[in-house]
Amino acid sequence: MRGGATRPRRRRVPAALNSRRAPLALLLPAALGLAFLILPLAGLLIRAPWTTLPERLTEPGILAALRLSLLTASLATLVCLVLGVPLAWVLARLRFPGRRLVRALVTVPLVLPPVVGGVALLLVFGRRGLVGGWLDQTFGVSLPFTTAGVVVAEAFVAMPFLVIAVEGALRGADVRFEEAAATLGATRWTTFRRVTLPLIAPGVAAGAVLCWARALGEFGATITFAGNFPGRTQTMPLAVYLALEQDVDAAIVLSLILLVVSVGILAALRDKWVAA
Amino acid sequence: MRAGRPKRRQRGRMLIGAAVSTALMTAGCGHSGASGSTGPGATGELVVMAAASLTESFDQLRSGFEARNPQVEVAISYGGSSGLAQQITSGAPADVFAAASPATMQTVVDAGDANGEPAVFARNQLVIATAKGNPKGIRTLADLKNPDLKVALCAEQVPCGAAAKKAGVDVEPVTLEQDVKAALSKLKLGEVDAALVYRTDARSASGDVDAVEFPESTGAINDYPIVALRHAPNPSAAAAFVAFVRSEEAQRVLADAGFQRP
Repeated sequence: MRGGATRPRRRRVPAALNSRRAPLALLLPAALGLAFLILPLAGLLIRAPWTTLPERLTEPGILAALRLSLLTASLATLVCLVLGVPLAWVLARLRFPGRRLVRALVTVPLVLPPVVGGVALLLVFGRRGLVGGWLDQTFGVSLPFTTAGVVVAEAFVAMPFLVIAVEGALRGADVRFEEAAATLGATRWTTFRRVTLPLIAPGVAAGAVLCWARALGEFGATITFAGNFPGRTQTMPLAVYLALEQDVDAAIVLSLILLVVSVGILAALRDKWVAA
Repeated sequence: MRAGRPKRRQRGRMLIGAAVSTALMTAGCGHSGASGSTGPGATGELVVMAAASLTESFDQLRSGFEARNPQVEVAISYGGSSGLAQQITSGAPADVFAAASPATMQTVVDAGDANGEPAVFARNQLVIATAKGNPKGIRTLADLKNPDLKVALCAEQVPCGAAAKKAGVDVEPVTLEQDVKAALSKLKLGEVDAALVYRTDARSASGDVDAVEFPESTGAINDYPIVALRHAPNPSAAAAFVAFVRSEEAQRVLADAGFQRP
């Protein structure tokens, strides 16, 4: 997946701009914004029960939830890539009536309260749902309360992130490369595979990372559509929520694990893919 | 997930949830002769935090209370008891707290946020809720062990789940829901064949679900305590509301909803 020569170069901040003093009118709100984002995190760290941390970490329930979370978020990201990249391409490269409406519809899961998204999924994929009823009768397959259901719920809320990121990358990519490929006789599919995809690879990677992070933190749609069962559908956010009902310290520990894992993976990915 | 695991106490303010399986505290009856109308001067806004399972009955009680005290405007925030308790101990400006379990109430008492002793004003019992007409023919708790049936239970961490455990329910569920209304929703949507919920919840949804009583549930009857809060912005109205909830008129409303008298 290395873009090689076709990768667009990162625009560096010109030295002349960098040496000039940043205006206070920008620095002050920036500092406030940063504090606003980081302070709650600091609050978690301060309140964390460090003394009992080791014994809490080794609880089987926690490890099962973490494993399930990593698995489902990764599978959901895969589903989003397979469906979302072509969708982004259609939105960016094809002219068709109602394109604006389609683009607006793609972003619906972003604004829909996740719980409502979960209910909507039930109404389609549930036992009495439009698609779910047919699946159940024909194949005996039922998505709710299964690990596959978790992946469906996560993919539903996370896909818009990927589509928007990839569509942005496609719009920013220079179409002359694609035109050149077309004049040399490449089909649209070949052009997409050999020219477009390498060109927008960093954008796809960034979108996938965002998508994965969103899927990892997904709570509302998951608990509504897939329910909550340890080892099968209880992801980390669900475990955190239920731990909070009983034991705040346990919830904080779980949240910290989730934070450490996601920040670690995101940092690793950024260095590898996103930073060109 | 973590119930019944011995934990080291630390830093004083640990929320102890394991108490649900230990002997429940019995709330002393604070005051009697409750009439529920305030003296002159009870005005303004009254904020009540109440367990999700009280939704329908407290909506009715609000009307009754406001009719008696036209100067008071009642705002009720419904939610899972534990979450509400946490908001209260974190300093949420509320006047009255009505919880679905003494254990949850105890966390508020322990944090020093209760004004006086909580009083039990209602009791609730589990039933097996099924789809309308009970198509699967569920008659007893043992029927739920049928592997072809999908059953929703509450998670052990919330009162309805703790009650199910205490009643000796030993069923393999497909999901452990985070509160009783969520378990009921799964049933209403037809995703599960049965759910263990309170009698009051089944009654509030009687258009969609049937309730099957089971004798084991008497082993885990849930007490609902209520208390005025120490930092209540409106203490006189808070005291009046607590008294009203324990009055004969309010008790009739609660009984109609399916609650038992304490």
